[in-house]
Amino acid sequence: MKDMNVQTPLVEIKGLEKRFDLDQGFLETLRFRDGRFTRETRAVHAVNSVTLDVNRGEALCVVGESGCGKSTVARLVAGLLTPTNGEIHYDGTRIDDKSRAEMQPLRKKIQMIFQNPYASLNPRMTIRQALEEPVRHHYPSYSAAEVRDKVTEVMMSVGVDPSWAKRYPHEFSGGQRQRIAIARALTVNPEFIIADEPISALDVSIQAQVLNLMLEAKESRGLTYLFITHDLSVVEHFGTRVAVLYLGSVCEVADSATLFSNPKHPYTRALLSAVPQLKDDRPNHIRLKGEIPTPINLPQGCPFQSRCAFANSRCRSEKPNAIHQPDGSLVACHAVEEDRLDQDVIGV
Amino acid sequence: MSLLSVRDLTVKFAMRDETVTALNGISFDVAKGERLGIVGESGAGKSITGFSLMNLISRPGFVDRGEILFDGEDVVKMSGKRLRQLRGDKMAMIFQDPMVTLNPVLTIGQQMVETLLAHRKLSREEARQIAIVKLREVYIPSPEERLDQYPHELSGGMRQRIIIAIALLLDPQLIIADEPTTALDVTIQADIMELLLELCQSNKVGLILITHDLGVVSQMTERTLVMYAGRIIEAGRTREIINDPQHPYTQGLINALPQQTLPGRKLRQIPGNMPSLTNIPPGCPFNPRCEYATDLCRTRLPEIAQYGEVQVACHEVQRLQAEGERQEQNA
Repeated sequence: MKDMNVQTPLVEIKGLEKRFDLDQGFLETLRFRDGRFTRETRAVHAVNSVTLDVNRGEALCVVGESGCGKSTVARLVAGLLTPTNGEIHYDGTRIDDKSRAEMQPLRKKIQMIFQNPYASLNPRMTIRQALEEPVRHHYPSYSAAEVRDKVTEVMMSVGVDPSWAKRYPHEFSGGQRQRIAIARALTVNPEFIIADEPISALDVSIQAQVLNLMLEAKESRGLTYLFITHDLSVVEHFGTRVAVLYLGSVCEVADSATLFSNPKHPYTRALLSAVPQLKDDRPNHIRLKGEIPTPINLPQGCPFQSRCAFANSRCRSEKPNAIHQPDGSLVACHAVEEDRLDQDVIGV
Repeated sequence: MSLLSVRDLTVKFAMRDETVTALNGISFDVAKGERLGIVGESGAGKSITGFSLMNLISRPGFVDRGEILFDGEDVVKMSGKRLRQLRGDKMAMIFQDPMVTLNPVLTIGQQMVETLLAHRKLSREEARQIAIVKLREVYIPSPEERLDQYPHELSGGMRQRIIIAIALLLDPQLIIADEPTTALDVTIQADIMELLLELCQSNKVGLILITHDLGVVSQMTERTLVMYAGRIIEAGRTREIINDPQHPYTQGLINALPQQTLPGRKLRQIPGNMPSLTNIPPGCPFNPRCEYATDLCRTRLPEIAQYGEVQVACHEVQRLQAEGERQEQNA
């Protein structure tokens, strides 16, 4: 991977936006206001001008709480959803406006692993059928023996005995199913894998097995990951870089070592402090006011202002832009920019 | 005397062709005002333990043997009428998913007043006033208005607070919380846990916290039980168990956490899976996944016994302790 041009990122996301219309029919859009009917549509602002790069060979983790738009970002990049605005470039070419046919050759380079291995494998297909299908589709020139060899090779590499290939998904445990789902993504020799909460449906001891497998695959196959998760301890372990999302906007992007040792955005700090620590006696939890607002009526200004202890009038009127910090991280916060985060308040 | 005393509790499920043992002879105590954590992976039997304490096991499940003494009275043998007096009043339960625990067609107020009237001779107005006080205790803003709202109008964190308020309505002596924050986000989880801890401490309420999250157990509880395949395999003070686990499974569970390994390194995983309850291996249930297993482990079930500060069910624990000490001396 060294000889490739390391300067250009593998995936570039530029000003990505996604809205989901809530009122779709004509009648749904009608409102009765001040004695007359008007038409208005409400939309869920799931992703709001997200700009991110994924470099070759890295594992970019996208973290945030439910409703922050992290899964929507994953689905947009995978081409499962069409963005409302913005661009997605893969290896230098724009992919978000491509037709299905034009996307075909790229599909085998970009693969996705989903959260729930109980739902992502077809219960009526044997493991062999499920794993052979993508190989046949993307490599039509392969002979039956070549397809079989490829599937066997991948099954071995994820630690699933190839002699189990004639079994059905229900005969496997959750951890084994997730291995099979990973195997299915690996059969077509992808270079980029989008994993949407791949371990959150699994037990602790099984999570470690699956994470190890994904790390191994990264090393041996030179993969690049976009890893969506809500679990910060996994991020610290697995991610080389982290993007923190709140209400569809990026708060902070940093190397994971930098983010965990020196979080800057008030939301990142609150999020890190909320993780229950194993050995720490005294939880040093920063309490946030209220709960995440709905993404239907986005507040003006900074999306985090309603829960932020440092919000002032500027935060309430002007949305902060991501600004480069001396240590290389990107932070979208007026308080960080103006250097008015009070260390003492944070420590309490 | 302890508030709750469970002795040799065995719960079985009668399946079509065989009877499955979900809980196998577990014994533990909870003192008044004590906070106990029950940890384990799915299928370990921790939720069944919680349900059986309230005598909520229903067919095809049944309590095969053992007793659950609450304040000296056996819950297993209680009549329906006595159970109704106990549930909600002396013992309350908080379930995992706040989205499904509340009745969607009744207002918050109706559900709270209903609980109070079922147990106490009160007027509706008095019950309403108690409900408002309890909602205020769990930091619900403008509780008077909330009483007339329906569950769907509230967020997940808010609903879980209301469920905690309902659990506290009749000032129970013991709260059983089964994964109370698993369905919630981390920042909300931290809030709810802080609240639960504060309420248990200020009202001297006992807590049984059932969870898979060792971090939560570490911050919330004084004592911990670790369960595996329907048995308690390690029990003791939470600090001891987290800092110096004795059973190889507990060690594996703690070592498997990402924060126990340097970033990017291979995690120390436990090989294999938890056995299914229909197919528990002979001897120690953990032996196929255990790196220290001997022939004895493969044939004879280890009894839980006291070793130093903690109780452990493992044949090899003394050998492992000795080896650990030797390594420490060498280092």
